Amino acid sequence: MAALVRSLLSGAVLSGTPLLYATLAELISERAGVVNLGLEGVMLVGAVSGFIAAFHTGSASVAIVVAALAGGVFNMVFAYLVLARRANQLATGLALMFCGVGLSALMGVRYVGSQITGLPEHDPLVYGAVPLAGLIWWVLRSTRWGLTVRAVGENPVAAFAAGRDPHVLQYQALFVAGLLGGIAGAHLSLGVARTWSEWMTAGRGFIAVALVIFARWHPLRAVGGALLFGGAISLQLSMQARGVPISPFILDMLPYLLSLAVLAVGRGAHRHAAPGSLGRVFQGTP
Amino acid sequence: MSDAFALRYPRAEALARFLGLLAFALAVFAAVLLLFGKNPLRAYVDVFASTLGTAYGWSETIVKMIPLMLTALAVAIPGRIWLINVGGEGQLFIGALAATGAALYLAFLPGWLLPVVMAGAGALGGGLWAAASGFLHARGWVSETISTLLMNYVAVLLVSFVVFGPWKDPEGVNYPQTAEFVPAAILPTLGTTRIHLGLVFALAALVLWALVMRRTRWGLEVRAIGGNAEAARRTGIPIGRYVVVLMFIGGGLAGLAGMAEVSAIQGRLRPSLSPGYGYSGFLIAWMARGHPAGIVAASFGLAVITAGGDILQMTQAIPGSVVNILMAVMLFVVLGRQGARR
Repeated sequence: MAALVRSLLSGAVLSGTPLLYATLAELISERAGVVNLGLEGVMLVGAVSGFIAAFHTGSASVAIVVAALAGGVFNMVFAYLVLARRANQLATGLALMFCGVGLSALMGVRYVGSQITGLPEHDPLVYGAVPLAGLIWWVLRSTRWGLTVRAVGENPVAAFAAGRDPHVLQYQALFVAGLLGGIAGAHLSLGVARTWSEWMTAGRGFIAVALVIFARWHPLRAVGGALLFGGAISLQLSMQARGVPISPFILDMLPYLLSLAVLAVGRGAHRHAAPGSLGRVFQGTP
Repeated sequence: MSDAFALRYPRAEALARFLGLLAFALAVFAAVLLLFGKNPLRAYVDVFASTLGTAYGWSETIVKMIPLMLTALAVAIPGRIWLINVGGEGQLFIGALAATGAALYLAFLPGWLLPVVMAGAGALGGGLWAAASGFLHARGWVSETISTLLMNYVAVLLVSFVVFGPWKDPEGVNYPQTAEFVPAAILPTLGTTRIHLGLVFALAALVLWALVMRRTRWGLEVRAIGGNAEAARRTGIPIGRYVVVLMFIGGGLAGLAGMAEVSAIQGRLRPSLSPGYGYSGFLIAWMARGHPAGIVAASFGLAVITAGGDILQMTQAIPGSVVNILMAVMLFVVLGRQGARR
């Protein structure tokens, strides 16, 4: 029994880690007032870039840096479209997802089935995830940059009147979000699966968007949310491994149904926690 | 200058814009292919020769347009009141699932009635699947964008569950598929091609939608909500009800697409029933900005691209999902233009 609990918990931590990085990525982006549904695509680009880097260099740290930068640069396509071109955020995010699906498939075609050593057993990304959530909490709460980002997300016109350039801060926030999204993907391909396969994120980018709402835009609550969802994934895997007579396809639905359930149960409670100008982009003063 | 041109030749300008967009997207995609050591010219020759070079290619392009037009309407109809339905793929799968249920369990029905019941089941299944998201949104509980996205995964898994489990063909060895449908459950096709009755469904839905929006009180109210939801609410239009109903209609059409695919193309239920028609429909609806004629034109373009993806996979060892890049670049250009003009 103790062994079962221990394997469930360690599974929850392992599966929850990429979700936590992805949730923090979306959280920073939304705190700056931008909804990014393209996180799924950013994760895929990070996952494949990290995998290719690990395959050729054999170094996990190089792979993580490459994945983060790839995610950051890729997310700048989204930033340019929604900030400079004022494109619809939701539709552009989905287009970014399509782009990431195709691009990662093209990049990874020669690496499907390849073997890598991946991350070491004492996985630095797992150990780093919770401290990172604390760091982001502190940055958003106490630093000048974090406060300004939040001000832009709440009311960009007021931030502009106070002498800040909302777009510059949103570009910065989206770049940081891209870095974290890339790391989230890298943890999937280097730490969890240790292989590359097309569309291996399987909707985790969208689950992260749901988790941000569940966490009411708070980095520390995101830790609990990611652990809960990691637990759901780990429970499903361990039930399959034990041959519980429930179809694996039904068990696979668990994380998606859980996302819907927590959002529906949270109802209006989260609405007041949302950044004031979420989804609307600053268009200059009239 | 350009304004006068737009006034006098609105169609010419729209066409020029469309061709410019197409050329830009094709150029970007060519650059990406070149970057990864593939020959873009050969890729384009393969795509266009196989789709538009032969009569068979044309007929197959039209076959692919059918589900695309229906899933595009599934996005465009709720989109008329700014709902973002990204669940076309899931609604198509549920429609296919419901229609399959009818085909398997009501196979004794007379030949004229069975397809009607299957179409009804498919539309009802897809419609209810989408209406659930509409309900969650109307209550202010969950954004329809998130819920339709998440429910896509649930729908696809549900289809996998039945074809690997309770509905698995007992004679199918190990293939995950249902038994073949009885002949009465197959939609009629045109001559020797695979173009099927679904084409009539799709075109009728497009015409009907355009007429209802222009000619009826109901369409006027939908347009009022789309124009200014707050003003519409104050004149007493029940917005919540419209949200659920429009999602139901949209999901129903995606479900009809799923029914037509299993009935006319597959002849049984398989998990590989759609190469992402629901997602392509989303792109089409945004490119056409919900306009019926635009939906037909954009569906044609996307049908060529979708068919091209299959060809590239076979002739050039490029993964089929690479055409997603081309779709995304086209959408980037359209969205960037729409935003800048606002």
